[in-house]
Amino acid sequence: MTMAVAEAQTNKGFIDVRDLGVTFGANDNKVVAVENVSLNVQPGEFVSLIGPSGCGKSTLLSIVAGFVKPTLGEAKLDGKAITKPGSDRGVVFQQYSLFPWLSVRKNVEFGLKMAGVDQSKRNTTARALLDLAGLLSFENHYPDQLSGGMKQRIGIVRALATSPQVLLMDEPFGALDTQTRVVMQEILTNIWQQFKISVLFITHDIEESIFLSDRIYVMTARPGRIKAEIKVPLPRPRRAEMTDTPEFMNLVQELKGLIREESLAAMAPEIKDRGLSGFGMKVGPKGVGEIF
Amino acid sequence: MGSMASAKIVALPMVDKHSDPEPAVAAVKPVAVEVSAAETATSANAPIAASEFPVPEPEVVPRVSLTQVLRNLLAKVTRDRIITAALACISIGALFLFWYLGTKYRFEFYIRFKNVPTPYEVYQQLTQVGLSNKYLFNIAISVRRILMGFFIAMAIGVPLGLAIGKYQRVRDLFMPVVEVLRPIPAIAWVPMSIMLWPNNEASIVYITFIGAFFPILLNTIHGVHSLDGVLIRAARCLGASEFRLFLNVILPGSLPHIFTGLAVGMGVAWVSLIAAEMISGQFGVGYFTWEAYSLVDYPAIVLGMITIGFLGLACSGIIRMVGSLLMPWLAFAPGGKR
Repeated sequence: MTMAVAEAQTNKGFIDVRDLGVTFGANDNKVVAVENVSLNVQPGEFVSLIGPSGCGKSTLLSIVAGFVKPTLGEAKLDGKAITKPGSDRGVVFQQYSLFPWLSVRKNVEFGLKMAGVDQSKRNTTARALLDLAGLLSFENHYPDQLSGGMKQRIGIVRALATSPQVLLMDEPFGALDTQTRVVMQEILTNIWQQFKISVLFITHDIEESIFLSDRIYVMTARPGRIKAEIKVPLPRPRRAEMTDTPEFMNLVQELKGLIREESLAAMAPEIKDRGLSGFGMKVGPKGVGEIF
Repeated sequence: MGSMASAKIVALPMVDKHSDPEPAVAAVKPVAVEVSAAETATSANAPIAASEFPVPEPEVVPRVSLTQVLRNLLAKVTRDRIITAALACISIGALFLFWYLGTKYRFEFYIRFKNVPTPYEVYQQLTQVGLSNKYLFNIAISVRRILMGFFIAMAIGVPLGLAIGKYQRVRDLFMPVVEVLRPIPAIAWVPMSIMLWPNNEASIVYITFIGAFFPILLNTIHGVHSLDGVLIRAARCLGASEFRLFLNVILPGSLPHIFTGLAVGMGVAWVSLIAAEMISGQFGVGYFTWEAYSLVDYPAIVLGMITIGFLGLACSGIIRMVGSLLMPWLAFAPGGKR
């Protein structure tokens, strides 16, 4: 069965998002989160989505994951419209999302248990995946005993356990320190190359997106639209040293320019509205002193 | 050891068999940054062979450093514990001393020790009357009432609490009636309970049930609400159906709060039971205590009180013990180590 899955994997996992629009709230306090977004992830491709905070990139991922229904347009996985969450799409969240009451191994087994896979098979798969993540020796620990980087590694292999066609990652390394982050990126590229799985990766870290991706979509400030699509021509496998090459630097510069415009655009109304009070002070009718 | 690393690749469910195994070996290397140096060495030296190894062997991790840490910790804790135990003795001792002196010198300063029995009189009461069949029978009756009321409250309170916590419509249906009934103390139910239920026993169990029910229900609801939403989303992505979500995520996730509710519920159940036994009862430790007062048997009053205290302590102790057995992970939770 496992081999059959591996075979099928090679040309599955095609995400196709067309003319997507998402609006939250009604009439008066309507917020357009995402507008007219079309993007795709080819089977086995690593695609990043980058943009200023609040631009709706997480919303977009929630739609592909099946948590949120789009107001307009549609999202498809291998030609089938996405309507609800399912184990054909593995999701790795920014917050640690391991079940604290389950041991590390039981966490990895969770998806298989839901699918009705028997105990010994679950055990085998979970142990193999934990070994891949370098955490087999922690299989009987509880998540609260582990560091952030370890938890996120387990989060990744847990999402992979059910043999999904795509992996959706919502700033998975956002909460980690820089050193751990760099190691995690290398681990992720290695896992991705082995699994030949499509990845949609959300980040606001420019270097991270370049290092990991085949292609990068840059989003505008709210309402989120696709501003640019950039191919990353760097060869695989990627190594940490590549970040010092001129090609890499040029890409960083290019993306920085694109993002900066959008970040400023995103912050502009806030800066204007708040004026002097924008520094965390509350200005009331009696002046700044009101808070005391 | 060398072939073990290659087994890692083969055992995976969705590894593309056409892919070059080389990156797989590379994959293990950076991982080892957080693991031990020994592991790095074995992974790096792994030959590239696609032999069939279904399960990677369990790796024996040297735990020497961990036990060392634990031992150090234990040494620290015992010193702390000695102080804790000493303070506990002083605390209890002071209470007895106050009681002893009060009764010995018959203190009269607003509160009156005139009729209060001495500790020794109470001890005598325990040895003579205390272990009689009547006394033990009263305890047995009270324990039976508590267990019945409490378990019915748990059997209804926990599932209802989970449903109210999870579904808005169930909440809309049940919460108004809960909010109306909740402020009525269980003791206020005594007259109504006697009218409602066919016999005395049932009415006392009902009052006990009322006492335990609301804390259990409300804490369970709170448990569901305080469950991190990302866990539910994660479970959904991993293919959990509604029923499985309940059983595998919502129930274990709310368990800490449920146990808080059980502990509080048990306390209120005892309060309600004793009051009910004193007012309407026949048998039970509450009845025993009140009867002693009616018969001017002062040492028996104190014996009854102490008995009630011990029973309450034992019940909450059992709940706490079951809780820590069912929720071993809490020992590691942030802020969980007390």
